[in-house]
Amino acid sequence: MSIQEVENQIIEEFSIFTDWMDKYEYIIELGKSVPVLEERFKTEENLIKGCQSRVWLGCREEDGKLYFTADSDAIITKGIISLLIRVYNGQTPQAILNSDLSFIEAIGLQENLSPTRANGLLSMIKQIRMYALAFENK
Amino acid sequence: MNTIEDIRARVPALAQTVYGKPLVYLDNAATAQKPVEVIELLNRMNSGINANVHRAMYKLSDEATNLYEGARERVREFINAPARENIIFTSGATAAINLVAQSFCTRYLKSGDSVVVTEDSHHSNIVPWQLACERAGAQLKVLHVDDNGEWRMEELDTLLDERVKIVAAAHISNVLGIINPIEELISKAHALGIPVLIDGAQGIVHSKVDVTALDCDFYAFSAHKVYGETGSGILYGKEALLDAMPPYMGGGDMVGTVTFEKTTYAPLPLKFEAGTPNFIGSAALKPALDFAYEIHNGELGKVVEESEREIVAFMKSALQEMDGAVLYGNVENKIPLFSFNVEGCHPGDIAQILDKMGIAVRTGLMCAEPLMSRFGVTSMVRASFAPYNTLDEAKYFISSLKRVVGMLR
Repeated sequence: MSIQEVENQIIEEFSIFTDWMDKYEYIIELGKSVPVLEERFKTEENLIKGCQSRVWLGCREEDGKLYFTADSDAIITKGIISLLIRVYNGQTPQAILNSDLSFIEAIGLQENLSPTRANGLLSMIKQIRMYALAFENK
Repeated sequence: MNTIEDIRARVPALAQTVYGKPLVYLDNAATAQKPVEVIELLNRMNSGINANVHRAMYKLSDEATNLYEGARERVREFINAPARENIIFTSGATAAINLVAQSFCTRYLKSGDSVVVTEDSHHSNIVPWQLACERAGAQLKVLHVDDNGEWRMEELDTLLDERVKIVAAAHISNVLGIINPIEELISKAHALGIPVLIDGAQGIVHSKVDVTALDCDFYAFSAHKVYGETGSGILYGKEALLDAMPPYMGGGDMVGTVTFEKTTYAPLPLKFEAGTPNFIGSAALKPALDFAYEIHNGELGKVVEESEREIVAFMKSALQEMDGAVLYGNVENKIPLFSFNVEGCHPGDIAQILDKMGIAVRTGLMCAEPLMSRFGVTSMVRASFAPYNTLDEAKYFISSLKRVVGMLR
């Protein structure tokens, strides 16, 4: 599936929620179901610091495609991370660099990417793009 | 007209809804909402009295200057300072502390000296001193807090010596809400001839500040936490010290005569007010402090005091009873400010869902990372109440918090 197709799928899933609380319940469930990153990956090197929450991000390449593992100490952040990973996993660096993640706004979570939230998500996306750029030029 | 509802009716921001829910604003320790008198003055000056102060010979400038200097007089009276020379307008408490850390330390802090700060300080009362110490080759020393968040006064005897050139302390910590024993600190420091700066960003809002009785050497606060405008604040300083300190910034209005060889400086307080000041924001301190005075005195003052007592008692017992909740700074002598954590719930998650319920709280390091480390956490949730908050809001907050915790666990 292309990035856009996964994004459309997520937008479709979120369209059933009319209430904010239901939407958060769902994101929290996603956050809880993400495989927990092993402690050994929670290194200073993989840590992205925000004032509000911390995010760890790891990346590996297989057959020209990128795979990410991530975690956060905040469950909502973790839920949103799981969506990001779902969109980006198994994509080529080129496709990642061309994506605009419009689904975040479409499902009403854009404030989570605001720099003032300082929850590490924005830096995490930047870091994903840095990985993509690095692997693209390899 | 002596109820909390009457106070609320004068603060327009409180009447709004967010996400369709009535706003419950509990981030007052960061910024307080403004009463209509403050908003009206800001509007009046912006629309009709927007002229530079102290400089010109025409009516608008006179009016602006009168309002600006009128606010200075109101501040002087509010904190019981001896004279207008003691009252410096700054852009906020941070700027006020930086002014002293720069100017005082340039003159008095030398290599091998030290500065004492308190562990419960805001970064604004740590970093300026750290910078000053680095410049001078001096040492930054810390007065620690105990497990309750109270100052370990017994440390003072070893901390204070003739090498200490200044002590900088929080009147009330922005994280713990504890009213610190600044009188005792000041008298111990003064016994050794050491001046004391008090960061009053929270103190000015929640306690009666009398700088003459306190005998502190400097007292700093921001206008926006005490119902005024952002970008305005006050440095109170003893005249002899302010006189001896070199100017902090150079520019217009702070000078006597200027030649390329030598410049003389304006007398206090203008010596420390270089450039066009935020005269509109600063003028608004008058109605802001009038409001603060009114709600803390007379019949209304009693109503507010009773309401705050009820809120503190309710919040303390509700948080103590909540499964897995830890309240930091849980002491008797406390303002209605509650920083806490709930086991198994990240503060950021709590705040994000509370937001959707209409509740505004603060989370994160709260600009006090050393204190967070002291309690072994990287984040807390803080609900800080103002006199216009009601017990019903506290109850709504607690019931919402319980619902959020249920979702997160």
